[in-house]
Amino acid sequence: MSYCRKEGKDEIIFATKEDLESPSKAIINVQDEEEEPGLILPSGEINWNCPCLGGMASGPCGVDFREAFSCFHFSKAEPKGSDCFEQFKTMQECMLDHPDLYPTKDVEDKDVAEMGPNLEDLDENSGEQNTPVVSEKNDVDVASKGES
Amino acid sequence: MLWKNDVLYLHGPPNLKDVHIEKGTKVIVSKGTTKSSDQPPPVPPAGEGGAATAAAVAVDELSNAPEIPGHAQYLLIGGGTASFGAFRAIKGRDAKAKILIVAEEDSLPYMRPPLSKELWFSDDKAAVSQLKFKQWNGKERSIFFEPEGFFTEPKKLPFQENGGVSVLKGRKVIKLDPSERKAVLDNGAEITYDKCLIATGGVPRNLPVIEKASPEVMKRTILFRNIEDFRRLDEVTKTAKSVTIIGGGFLGSELACALGKRGKETGMKVYQVFPQSGNMGLVLPEYLSQWATKKVGSEGVDVIVNKSVQSVKMQDNKINLALSDGSSILTDQVVVAVGLQPNVALAKTSGLELDDRHDGFRVNAELEARSNIWVAGDAACFYDIKLGRRRVEHHDHAVVSGRLAGENMTGAAKPYWHQSMFWSDLGPEVGYEAIGICDSTLPTTAVFAKATEKDTPKAVVEKTGEGIRSETEMAATPSFQPSPPPKVPTAEEDFGKGVVFYHRDNVIVGILLWNVFNKMPIARKVLKDGGENEDLYEVAKLFNIHESS
Repeated sequence: MSYCRKEGKDEIIFATKEDLESPSKAIINVQDEEEEPGLILPSGEINWNCPCLGGMASGPCGVDFREAFSCFHFSKAEPKGSDCFEQFKTMQECMLDHPDLYPTKDVEDKDVAEMGPNLEDLDENSGEQNTPVVSEKNDVDVASKGES
Repeated sequence: MLWKNDVLYLHGPPNLKDVHIEKGTKVIVSKGTTKSSDQPPPVPPAGEGGAATAAAVAVDELSNAPEIPGHAQYLLIGGGTASFGAFRAIKGRDAKAKILIVAEEDSLPYMRPPLSKELWFSDDKAAVSQLKFKQWNGKERSIFFEPEGFFTEPKKLPFQENGGVSVLKGRKVIKLDPSERKAVLDNGAEITYDKCLIATGGVPRNLPVIEKASPEVMKRTILFRNIEDFRRLDEVTKTAKSVTIIGGGFLGSELACALGKRGKETGMKVYQVFPQSGNMGLVLPEYLSQWATKKVGSEGVDVIVNKSVQSVKMQDNKINLALSDGSSILTDQVVVAVGLQPNVALAKTSGLELDDRHDGFRVNAELEARSNIWVAGDAACFYDIKLGRRRVEHHDHAVVSGRLAGENMTGAAKPYWHQSMFWSDLGPEVGYEAIGICDSTLPTTAVFAKATEKDTPKAVVEKTGEGIRSETEMAATPSFQPSPPPKVPTAEEDFGKGVVFYHRDNVIVGILLWNVFNKMPIARKVLKDGGENEDLYEVAKLFNIHESS
């Protein structure tokens, strides 16, 4: 049974699971699109401020990364991105100059599965929706245990 | 398939910055390019001459360049979280930006919340000593936002073709000349700038009675704020027989729970004392605050409410804290966590306006103080178009406001609109997230889930004080119970999880999610709407309180 009581200026309602599970009659629409844009803006442009990029676009290879990813994103070549060799090479060289930021590793199959989104996925998926591929909290906040 | 299979993988979530360059770069190699892999090094900006001459000139220029650049395109004063938010946003909008951070602390930008949270609850001592903690997803993370290699040496910054971010450590800006766009450093160096951010944060407040105390007392008192304070407290509480936290807010309550846990292992006695009737008394409605105090008690903390510290002296090689009711505490170590004093010294020297009511630099809705000067983070008293003039001291606010300032420094002209959130935990069983103005003096409406057996935390509350042994004793025997004794909780009223709405003039101005997680986007929308004509019970249903774990 739900009940309500007041303590001074503070109103306290206790509600059971059943009560709270009945459909809400609230007028507010909370199903709207997310306010924060994702990696690909509705215009098709790339949002370099997307938290999903972490430090990629701001680090020492940020400019090279942007050129490579822009080339890939807008590539009409077949296969996609095959006309971006120069940009890739420049980026790769920059990354090799910063091994502490961009470690080179052997990757085994199991690791590949854990690697999460890659750029192609980012590119394909985020065009459809505005939600960040990786939530902002993951990136810029210290995630609290509450996320688990 | 270039990105996917052969060349690049982004590591994530959450940080996509670690990129793997695969050995089998088949696509690239099979393109059969003739381009040599021996690329010349990046050429610094230079004049008319050929590349080789230009490079030589630049090298010469670099060796003669001053350690502190005379000009910064973007000058960020303060090396904390707000500056981090700003440099990332600036780089997002101005890819080749040259950003110079002047940081008083001798460290790269880092996040503070783990210093009172995760780092205390980790069993991995080696990781803790390197200031690394585990995130909710199990991945280890450093408190430093970016590693050393991310940053450019300040001296080299002017020569970076693609720009960069530099941190000038252990230096302080003592004066700005807003008309001349010039900053003066504590060593007399001058830096001109195009755009400047003040993100000076704050210093912990102290209590006058402690400021006046003997050097011995000062030596055993920590005003908790930075990495060094964390290391000191971590070290001293390995052997201390007792520790007392003064202050009942976020920091004090988090540290109390953290030290309570340690006390359970080492036998250290942990006291927390503050003038409010319960923990987080300035934020939580009174009934919830008092309930929280029981929870903190169950974490092994002797919480002494409704009392303030009147005087401090040494006694038998311990600190004697005399309280307002005539009782006293004998303790080995004191931690003062009574809030923050924003660092606004620049206002006086630079002719910037301060806010009388909230402290901090007074800025407009775009966080601008003067032309080409913005303020973000703890030190900014800004105009929130939705909620009015405010100053906020939270990590996420530093990120959000820093980012906004960075966007505006690159011409976005955006007002403050994305509300920051904050969160805290009181031990492993109570956590909350909140948004907007959560001020316990405001009227509130709360909807709590009636507890089931499973999530009733009352069993834990019973354990208060159990097993705590200490040589520290109360000189008198003050009551540890809140006074007057709380009417709640009763046996049935366990505030296990719920939503608290804070109102002002019938509009929702703050929302606190108590043990309800991952619902911040909904809270943000409700806050934006204001819920003026809503039945809040119906609004609470949107949060699926029972489902949240």
